[in-house]
This record gives sequence, structure tokens and C-alpha cells, in this order.
Amino acid sequence: MPEAAVGSHEDNLPAELDLDGPSSPPRSNGALVFEEPWESRAFGLAMSLSNAGTFEWEDFRAELIRAVATWEAAHPDHEGYRYYERWLEALQAVLMSKGVVTAAEADTRARAFADRPAGHDHRHDDHDHQHH
Amino acid sequence: MTAIPHAADRPGPAQRTEALESLLLERGLIDPKVIDGLINRYVNDVGPMNGAKVVAKAWSDPEYKARLMEDGTKAIGEFGFAGPQGEFIRVVENSASVHNVVVCTLCSCYPWPVLGLPPAWYKDPAYRARIVREPRTVLAEMGLTLSPKTEVKVWDSSSEVRYFVLPERPAGTAQMTEEELAAIVTRDAMVGVGVVHA
Repeated sequence: MPEAAVGSHEDNLPAELDLDGPSSPPRSNGALVFEEPWESRAFGLAMSLSNAGTFEWEDFRAELIRAVATWEAAHPDHEGYRYYERWLEALQAVLMSKGVVTAAEADTRARAFADRPAGHDHRHDDHDHQHH
Repeated sequence: MTAIPHAADRPGPAQRTEALESLLLERGLIDPKVIDGLINRYVNDVGPMNGAKVVAKAWSDPEYKARLMEDGTKAIGEFGFAGPQGEFIRVVENSASVHNVVVCTLCSCYPWPVLGLPPAWYKDPAYRARIVREPRTVLAEMGLTLSPKTEVKVWDSSSEVRYFVLPERPAGTAQMTEEELAAIVTRDAMVGVGVVHA
């Protein structure tokens, strides 16, 4: 059976990606696991911090449910939903509630990264790039 | 600093993720190599092929199937498949008269040890809302048209229980080995949005 989609909500596969060749991005049974490298980092951060006991997985999950529900309430047509953006919000929220990272320092650091000149907005050791 | 080119940019999720990672690294709370390893594991090693092995064994070995239906997590653990989101896996069995399908209406709970990470459509608000309200319609849109006589059961996964569908073994597979059977079992069938074809 071909990759299934609900209604018009196709998996958002960037058109320029080589989906079947040797450079094809990670998939399992036809679906991309992560659409962008930062999604995999956000996933790995949450897993690693939970494994290390920085927070309980259930605390993260509660924040994720809250982030998803808040977004859906604000976007009744659900257009533009990005699951890992909600995941990132939940990660940030649980880190703040545990006093690990403050909103101000996360914001300041993110702005500093966003203000880097073009061409320096990604890590040098990041092998997940799908640029061609 | 002279940051003219991108000065007007609002930090996007990539920069916000990187900001968290760098702050956590400074605090000694993470090891980037461990994170690389976790990502690699979930991208390459943990996926529906795990669940397919479980299904093939359940089809081939009635005693294993009994153990699987009794305690999903424990029987799945016999393969060494374990870990987060696999603590309470309950297996629901499809038959000629009952078709089971799985959702997580609140977020995206999914039995990672046997299926890997969920596909995009599983996390989509449309699937999560509609599969509960109109399962037959959604399944038909996904390519699975069920007989009106088939009862459809929708299982909502939660932090307490993650559901895993044991698909119906297709006709004409009596001679197939466990390995051959595993090769025809799809992720969609184990979520319940598809069936296995010989």
C-alpha cells in the first residue's frame, strides 16, 4: 500500500530531496522520521534529559499535551501544524518549570544564533543536512 | 556585533533548539554524542521491522501469541525490544469480524520499541480528531475500505497504555516462514490503518 495520508495532509516531503537513492533521508516504511535536522536534535534532547533524570518523561508529556492543545485551540483549521514545534515548546516549558533554563536566556541565545551572518546558521558537526 | 544580514530574523525552531542544546551543554546536562546515538538508534535501528518480527512470531507460534496477548510488553521484550514508550503495550487482535485502529488523541503516544517513531499523519490533528469520529471514512481515505459487517474499534493510546495491532494473517501464507511473514507486515497494518496482503 502506498504511503497513506489523511485527507489533504500529506507528509511534507521537500520536493528537492532524493527520496529513493542512496542519499535519501531517514525513513521507516516510507515516511520521514524527521523532516529537518533540528527536529531530531529536539527529540534527542528530550530523550537524553529524561534518561538522565533532569525531568520525568511524564512531566514532558504533560507539557506536550498542553502545547498541542493550546496550538489547536488557536488554529481551529489546523493549517500549518508542525508537531516538533510543539515538542520544542514542551521541552522549553519543562526545562523552565524545573528551573534548568530561563525563558530570557533561551531567548537571548536563540537571537544570537539567528543574528549570525548567512552561512553560519548551522553547526559544523551536523551530519544530518539534507542540502544538495 | 555587526549582524546586518539576518538582524531582522526572528529565531526559528532550529535556532531555539540550538540555543537550548548549547545552554544545556554548558551546564553539563547533556552529551552531544549521546544525543547523536539516540537519534541514530531511532532513525536506523528501531522501526516497524521490530513489530513485524513480533507479528510473524505470533502468527507462527500459538504459545508466543498467547503470551503476547497476555502481556504485550513482556512478550515483545523476549526479542530484546524495550525502552521508552514501551512500558505498557497492549496488543489488540484483528479478525474477520473486528478491525482495530490506534490513535493518540492528546499527543502522539506510540509504541516506539516495536514501531519506531510515529509517521507525520499519526501526529496530525486531522487524523487524531477524525479517526475517533468517523473511522470508516478516514480508513477508506487511507486506502482501507472495510465491510459494513466488520466492527471497528478505535483505541486511544495514553501514558498508561500504548496499543499495538496484531493484524490478521492473510490467506495463502500457510507455507511461509517467520522471516518471510515478517517481510510482508507493514507499519500501517500494525497501527490498524491497513491490512497485511500476501
